[in-house]
Amino acid sequence: MSAAPAATAEEAASKAAEEVTLGPDPRAAYREALLELAAADPRVICLDSDTGGLEDTFAKRFPGQYVNIGIAEANLMTVAAGLASRGFIPYVHTMATFATMRAAEFLKLDVVGNRLPVRVIATHGGLSAAHFGTTHFALEDLAVARALADLTVVVPGDGRHIAAATRQLHELPGPAYLRLGRSATPVPPDGGAAAPAGGGDAAPGFELGRARVLREGTDATVVATGALPLLFALEAAEELAGDGIAVQVLELHTLHPLDRDGLLAGCRGRAGVVTVEEHRPQGGMGDAVAEVVAADLAVPMRRLAVRGSPGARVAGQCDALAAHGVSTAAVVDAARDLLARTYDQHERPARHGAAATRTR
Amino acid sequence: MAVPTTTGPPHSPAAPPAPAAPGPAPGRRPDAASMAQRIRQDIIRMAGGPEGAHAGGSLSCADLMAVLHAELLRPGDAFVLSKGHAAPALYSALTQLGCFPADELDGYAQPGSRLFGHPRHDLPGVEFATGSLGHGLGLSVGLALAEQLRGGDRCVYTVLGDGELQEGSVWEATLLAGHRRLPGLVAAVDRNGLQITGGTEDCVALEPLDAKFAAFGWQARTVDGHDLPALREALRPSADGPVAVIARTVKGRGVPFLEQRVAGHYAKLKPALVQRALAALARPAGGAS
Repeated sequence: MSAAPAATAEEAASKAAEEVTLGPDPRAAYREALLELAAADPRVICLDSDTGGLEDTFAKRFPGQYVNIGIAEANLMTVAAGLASRGFIPYVHTMATFATMRAAEFLKLDVVGNRLPVRVIATHGGLSAAHFGTTHFALEDLAVARALADLTVVVPGDGRHIAAATRQLHELPGPAYLRLGRSATPVPPDGGAAAPAGGGDAAPGFELGRARVLREGTDATVVATGALPLLFALEAAEELAGDGIAVQVLELHTLHPLDRDGLLAGCRGRAGVVTVEEHRPQGGMGDAVAEVVAADLAVPMRRLAVRGSPGARVAGQCDALAAHGVSTAAVVDAARDLLARTYDQHERPARHGAAATRTR
Repeated sequence: MAVPTTTGPPHSPAAPPAPAAPGPAPGRRPDAASMAQRIRQDIIRMAGGPEGAHAGGSLSCADLMAVLHAELLRPGDAFVLSKGHAAPALYSALTQLGCFPADELDGYAQPGSRLFGHPRHDLPGVEFATGSLGHGLGLSVGLALAEQLRGGDRCVYTVLGDGELQEGSVWEATLLAGHRRLPGLVAAVDRNGLQITGGTEDCVALEPLDAKFAAFGWQARTVDGHDLPALREALRPSADGPVAVIARTVKGRGVPFLEQRVAGHYAKLKPALVQRALAALARPAGGAS
């Protein structure tokens, strides 16, 4: 009698306390999109490496378009290349670390080398499987994927964009790499830029190959890749706004090809650029942004990425990231550091907005 | 499942793509014996070039390559040279099929040539770049799987080195092909018994090879890899599942000073040796195997 209202009140209280809306489960969102594509396009082949979750969803609906090739990631890439060369569009499924490390040469030579339209669906990106331990961390995958040069590389930072990303990648003539996390992450507080929660189809915010502006600001720029880094960037921007610092927040979900114009427009004239990502600093998004920024802008940078070796003790994804340099606080500190550095060297402008024109 | 065999833009590869072996008019194909002879001569000429060539393993598979390219490959069938270092044998066969001019062989591995030491996928008649061992069988399994999914009857042939079988990826592909009982897939192993440091059985033993393929669900056929009629018979595809042909060959076959010699794996031949080799090849084969 009293249990029900109490539970409701408790729920309401905890909801209010959290104020968090979770986005969709990344793999489920992707699978939904794949099912739609398979229904519409008989060239779609779902190549599984016994990952689990596809046999009772995809295989049941499209048994003729599903092949489980077993636990063999090298063969996964190579067989996909053979299929793609005969007109199929294989979607290959494995974890990000296996796709890019164990199967790297097979991905490089057989898939990318032949520019075949294979879609590599790389799950458990970054530290999203932090509790599984070192073997399941994927902190080098984007460096490998970027280095392959002819591979389109996408990391959706908003779970509601996964379906759109999958559909847009389907249209490409060449190979693509889609990095997904393992679990649902909170929806970024970006208002109208993203699709309504639960809206599978509408995702107005995602445009393949284009950096996405989530917040306008003229003092500094934060560029984020991945769901949690994007949340950290937005939280940091909010905190910095309290100090009167206006931060431009860009989501860089497509790491190759890089949206050079979007990056330059988003970074030009600011006192500094902070990048934040769920990857090692070497070869990750920060390096990619630095390539663009260093060529055309005299803007200092701070690259926030996973430094050191996570994994001595079990930690959740957020805690593991925070312990290794990727957090809201780290973004705030980096932005402040950049602004302080600028203001040390130049007269502090009356208005932060004016800093834009003085930061050389 | 109905997969269109012709697909449209924007994101389709040109499916079905041109066959790997470009299927010249049957009348143009030389017979296997003369193709094999010419392959061997061309290998020697390439080995006499400034960079030398992988002569031993090219010569050992010359008969295999000749039977496949002169007689077995039909338009639409695929061929993958998994042992990409036998590129000289492939290049010669392709010139004999009219894929590109024979005089390009003179520039083998030299600046400006498109004939690298290992074949590129954009060379006419070549579908996949090979040369990193352990890729060709997986590619072939993918091609055969495409045929199986579509209900087609095009065949897929691949030639592997025996040392290459030490690559783990070969066995991933072997396992899958056996499991899927892929029809029309023929994997020929150029079983010359030698790898760079010596005998395969001294390095990491491969025998019993036929039993290994059989255990993985393949039909395994062992054959004299220099007996053309026997090769022709052994290389026949099966509708029931994948076929492994263990072609017992002699590394350096046809050139006495290269035969069964570890050093013949990669040879840079001086002009006098080129002449000696060509003279040896000109003599009628006398059951040297």
